[in-house]
Amino acid sequence: MDAYGDLVAAEDVLLFVNAAITSTGQREFHGDADEQRLSLDFLHAYVLGNYRDLYAGVLALDINDHNAVLVIRRLLETAGEATAEQRRREGRLIACRLATLPPHRVYGLFDALRRAGVNNRRCRAIMRDWLSARPDPAFDAVKYRNGLKRALRHAHLAPADEELGAFLFAPATRKRYATPLLETWRRAHHEQAALYELPYTVAEGFAARHGIPREVFLERIAPRMTRLETLRLQDSAHRHGASRVRADLAGMPLTRLAAYVLSLPVEDRLRRRAELTRALESAAGRVAGPHRGSWGEVTAVLDDSFSASGSAHKRRRPLAVALACHYLLAALAGRYTGLWTSGRTDALLARPYGPTPLGRRILDALDTAPSRLVIVSDGWDNAPPGLAAEVLRIWRTRLDPGRRTGVVHVNPVYDAAGFDVRRLSPTVPAVGIRDAEDLPALVELAQFAEGRTGLAELTAYLDARAARMLSDHDRERAR
Amino acid sequence: MTPPDPTRPDPARLDLTGLEVRPSQVWGAVRLVPLVRDEPVEDLRLHARLYDDATIPVEVRPRHAYVSYVPHGFVATWTGDGTPAAAYGTQMPTDGDSAPLATTGLRFHRRTARREAKRRLRFLPLHLALEGYLALHFGGPSIAWEEWSQRAIRRGLSPRTEEAYLGTEVRGLADALRVFEIHPGQCGVLLYVADALAAAFAVPHPDDYRALHPTLLQDLFGELIHHYATLMPPVPDFRARVDDARIRSLAELRTAVADQEDAWARFHDTTMAGGLLDHAYTWRTVHRAGRFTLSRFLPVFRPKEENHIGEAITDEGGRIVYLKTFRLSESQVRRGHLLDRLAAHDWHLADTAAGLGVTEAQLGLRLESAGFGHLLRQDVLDGYRSR
Repeated sequence: MDAYGDLVAAEDVLLFVNAAITSTGQREFHGDADEQRLSLDFLHAYVLGNYRDLYAGVLALDINDHNAVLVIRRLLETAGEATAEQRRREGRLIACRLATLPPHRVYGLFDALRRAGVNNRRCRAIMRDWLSARPDPAFDAVKYRNGLKRALRHAHLAPADEELGAFLFAPATRKRYATPLLETWRRAHHEQAALYELPYTVAEGFAARHGIPREVFLERIAPRMTRLETLRLQDSAHRHGASRVRADLAGMPLTRLAAYVLSLPVEDRLRRRAELTRALESAAGRVAGPHRGSWGEVTAVLDDSFSASGSAHKRRRPLAVALACHYLLAALAGRYTGLWTSGRTDALLARPYGPTPLGRRILDALDTAPSRLVIVSDGWDNAPPGLAAEVLRIWRTRLDPGRRTGVVHVNPVYDAAGFDVRRLSPTVPAVGIRDAEDLPALVELAQFAEGRTGLAELTAYLDARAARMLSDHDRERAR
Repeated sequence: MTPPDPTRPDPARLDLTGLEVRPSQVWGAVRLVPLVRDEPVEDLRLHARLYDDATIPVEVRPRHAYVSYVPHGFVATWTGDGTPAAAYGTQMPTDGDSAPLATTGLRFHRRTARREAKRRLRFLPLHLALEGYLALHFGGPSIAWEEWSQRAIRRGLSPRTEEAYLGTEVRGLADALRVFEIHPGQCGVLLYVADALAAAFAVPHPDDYRALHPTLLQDLFGELIHHYATLMPPVPDFRARVDDARIRSLAELRTAVADQEDAWARFHDTTMAGGLLDHAYTWRTVHRAGRFTLSRFLPVFRPKEENHIGEAITDEGGRIVYLKTFRLSESQVRRGHLLDRLAAHDWHLADTAAGLGVTEAQLGLRLESAGFGHLLRQDVLDGYRSR
């Protein structure tokens, strides 16, 4: 391939990576779900058709679960087009990625394969390996009953033991089960007390069947909820008067925590300021880890314009990413300045409001003479439009040709019409971002987005990431 | 925004002093230009009252109801001492004299603007202005020249209906309003479709604007706007452009950026909104309350040009506190122009024709094609046709 073709290929793959990180096929502020899905489908088909190796390699990057599932599914669907060598590499990458996906996503993927009629030997082997690695088959059988059932049936697999088989396929044939969880599930049909020992999602169905009042149910099921279930249901539980549902913010992932903070009314945020700030800072500290304080002088321009409110599907997602980045950068930097587009100074009270005067804010940021400028925005610069691009262009060409300041734009929103995240300026690399936790890796990736590095470097980078993921995975399994 | 001569504003023109232009936001063929007030007007507050039933006959005089679409009824509250007026929320009118016809399930409004309670005024925006346009020559021919039909002489121009499109039918408008990012302190908006000014809207207070922003979707728009929205491709952004040759420092860049913002405001006021701001209007006062005056205005009906009608509340200094305009479509302008000319010549056909530089028969046919055929006697019209 000639040099020009290389550049095109690198660009294609990078825009696919951006799409795979940001888009979830859901509604965004500016575009609806259909546009997102159509655009994303095209990109998947295009990259798979042209750069199959790179397409599989993307699994090692921080792409979101929705896209990881789509990539795996397309790879398995088109297994016939791959060489034996490719298939072996893909198989390892897929197994590795499946291990990190949440189980409901994987069962969803297996079901999609079933519906698409994909049932080759490799596909069955992957399903077999993943299922055999599950820690507790009985738990899966109760919580993901239909998913597991269909997967077993589709892959022609025998259940882990004979009792599990009976539980899944002929539950009425047994008077009682030896496995405690399965027995609890049986008893929950008749006995209200038993359902409180089941996973929350399963117990909820039984509670409705027994007509248990919501507040009683929530109060007693609280210990069985997962961390995210507690976080999600906390407020509605308190409205119902169930006070035992209380999320522990200490171990919460950073972006999740930021989204939670933004969901609180302003009075609550003021009242719990110390607690929330501490939780955000410690979450950011955990992410920063050994890199804490190593980034030098960092200034961030954070977008809290109205478009950061996201959509009904992704409520305040862009703003949550910006808020999480604010705390993460504060932990990573030696000296940090965070500038919100609205001009607010209190990050904890952020709310999506007003226009996006990015150009002015970037000017203010450059005034602080940072060594690194990070822009977190959806790229809809509108007050006035195009000013950010002009400021960045003149900064690069006239005022800082020696690149003393590294500028990177991270964008949480996929622009379906442009098949990429919206760029501010051709002189500034733009990368997609899903969780603020990935920021350090994305800044690494951004060097490729400047359009000056070719395909060889990118391939090497993807291979390195894949090797890292595989070795981590192997170490995990060995333990 | 400033009129051409800020020291001595022409009273017949629209004076948007106090409302500053901010950069436009574009979505498809729709461009929204925000108007920001430095200091909100605190002692006049407006509130939307949305009616669930789409068509409400408005009873202008007894047994003379005509059908017209009334999207909003606004309630104006004001306080004499200048303290902020309390927001009204969504309350039902406490009027005892509106004579609702419960049997038909319709509400009748006796008048389009009238006192409701002591310190409240309800009026139906735009509807007012449309009525004003239609009522321009409400009485019909003032002298019963023999060419006019009996009907024209007895009943004037009634039935007086005009066509307009609901904002939801204007393609892309709903999305444009949804994704629009309201500026802090924003009190108004100029709405362009395919860069033709469709409507100007301004309110006294930013809170009112935030409440009323979505109601723009339920406004009336002329057929021209509807066609433009359907047929025109997306309009381009006016992107900022800074000449990099003379910039050597961040401070200079900052100055250049400020220049860009001024340049846009200047360009907008003189070029884009010129059709609205550069012309004189005929004003008619409808109501006075405290220091505020509610009036409606009509253009001079220049065919093949931009013509806006509207209503405005002005303060004692003549500044716009509330503004709502409607762009007339080409055929509406033609009709207004014809009526205007006829009235100027006391409804004498031959004189009017001479004034317009056409023959009497041509004028008759123009009247017919403008939708006023029923005003002429049938045999006269037939005579024109055969000529």
